[in-house]
Amino acid sequence: MQLQGIGIGQGIALGPVARMAGPLPEPVDRPSHLDAEREGERARASLSVVAEELNRRGAQAGGAAQDILEAQAMMAEDPTLTDDITTRLATGKTAERAVFEAFASFRDLLAGMGGYMGERAADLDDVAQRVIAHLLKVPAPGLPDPGHPYVLVARDLAPADTAMLDLDQVLALVTTDGGPTSHTAILARDKAIVAVVGAADAASLGDGDAVIVDAENGVVVAAPSEAELAEARARVEERKTRAAAPLTPGQLADGTLVPLLANLGSADGAPAALEAGAEGVGLFRTEFLFLDAQSAPTVRDQQAQYTRLLQAFSGKKVVVRVLDAGADKPLAFLNDADEENPALGLRGIRALRSNETILREQLTALAAADAATDADLWVMAPMVANAEEARYFTDLAHELGIRMAGVMVEVPSAALLADRVLAATGFASIGTNDLTQYTMAADRLLGSVSRFQSPWHPAVLSLVGSVGAAGRDLGKPVGICGEAAADPLLAVVLVGLGATTLSMSPSALADVRASLARFTLDDAHAIAEAALAADGAAEAQAAAKSVAAGLTAVVASAT
Amino acid sequence: MPTAERTVRIASSHGLHARPAKLFSQAAGASGAAVTVAKGDGAPVNAASILAVISQGIDHGDEVTVAVDGDNADTVLDQLVELLLTDHDE
Repeated sequence: MQLQGIGIGQGIALGPVARMAGPLPEPVDRPSHLDAEREGERARASLSVVAEELNRRGAQAGGAAQDILEAQAMMAEDPTLTDDITTRLATGKTAERAVFEAFASFRDLLAGMGGYMGERAADLDDVAQRVIAHLLKVPAPGLPDPGHPYVLVARDLAPADTAMLDLDQVLALVTTDGGPTSHTAILARDKAIVAVVGAADAASLGDGDAVIVDAENGVVVAAPSEAELAEARARVEERKTRAAAPLTPGQLADGTLVPLLANLGSADGAPAALEAGAEGVGLFRTEFLFLDAQSAPTVRDQQAQYTRLLQAFSGKKVVVRVLDAGADKPLAFLNDADEENPALGLRGIRALRSNETILREQLTALAAADAATDADLWVMAPMVANAEEARYFTDLAHELGIRMAGVMVEVPSAALLADRVLAATGFASIGTNDLTQYTMAADRLLGSVSRFQSPWHPAVLSLVGSVGAAGRDLGKPVGICGEAAADPLLAVVLVGLGATTLSMSPSALADVRASLARFTLDDAHAIAEAALAADGAAEAQAAAKSVAAGLTAVVASAT
Repeated sequence: MPTAERTVRIASSHGLHARPAKLFSQAAGASGAAVTVAKGDGAPVNAASILAVISQGIDHGDEVTVAVDGDNADTVLDQLVELLLTDHDE
């Protein structure tokens, strides 16, 4: 049986399911039907089972984790806590409620002490949830730990869960909620984990069920046949071979160069990007410098960070995007007004323009870092809506010493009038995630409208084509820096529409490199035409696939 | 029943939290004796209770009094004091 979802990346994996259970509701405070002694036995039994389980996991984990898990086991059997539970049971409470209240009182005590003790409060919560889950005979909340590699099935993952994931154990991620830009999807792209998100029917999967997670086709295969398993294993091997292929520059079959660049969120990602064969950076997000900050970082601090990045890409192109605040990533010192509709509010270049000092300082720091290194620095502004904004940013960047200034095309108005926007600036880089959101009027973070969020939609492709045509006429570069470039076939379509560079998560580079090498520029034009002529996203993808299959068949028979 | 008691300063650089507290409570529980620990002039708490121990908020350099009531009280006290005088956070 095939469960439909949205595939992240091109991977495929197979293995047994382990489900992540949601948090438990607070046990109701009602009189117990049992006597206090019987409830006490229930509580002690569950406390002891949980302590044993924690000790067992500790012994398995070893190291620092063992100390934490053993300390948690001691908390479960702590005599002071047990006394507290007994006292509460004597008033006629259920074991569930008494355990909940006793743990909560210690939790509040520790949390009130702050600092290190505050962190132990979370450990205590975790133990309490495990004990109550055991009493209720339901799975404990949080990440599963079946003791073998597994396919994690969850509603969606919170950032705290993703930080705890043991990547040696997780074969693939499947979520029932969440769209292509959910935390789970971002983590999966970042760490190159096979994932299918928004597969609502995956809620029916149970622990231990064998599944195939096929991200390329956006499906989870439940109860796979022997033939399906064999095919999946073959594809896993094939991908391993492709990942080991030599790191050549991005190039079409006819020799047309299409530089393959990396999307990075901090300089820490540079070594992995270079290792994956990135020919530079197509999108360097600078938000990390500003997040959690009450005020903007100093020019000196910024310069040090940019210098570190540029040094890692000596002699290569690095496209830095100035601060993109607002909408899903508000910053206290930039967006203080409460907006009814923040995606359409004061964000991107609009927010920077109303706080020009921040923009001037960032451009100054970038120019200084550029002067001190020999990378080829390009700087671009986010959320540019028209030629006037493009001119404003380009002039200001030049004034402050930036040699190559450009704009991101994410707003349909900028794509529709790309000839006038590009005439006012040095280059364009298309952010396909936001361009899709604004073209389709579908919030990119909202799972309920995820069916509108495909960059394959011919309306989105048509806008990309408009920018590509303007770039070709004016001789200006047009890059793609949205996740669309990470889809191997869509990457060919984007090149056919006029993209001159593609930027993506480093983990996608190998698949896209292999895909580009199969087609000539004429092929890319033909595939793009087929996609553009379709009615909707799914039809465009199917049309592109069918034309591409015909073209590779010709190549294969010719050789 | 024989009782032994001693006052010492905590050696671990992060105090009697985390790993040192775990080791101390573990040893107190395993000794079979009744062991209490008091911070400064505070009320003694059950040393075998890790929650009671860590909620005392005992830091590096704090004075604590350990009291052991049971067989081999002196030997048990020596072992426990030894734990408190070792810096486990090195």
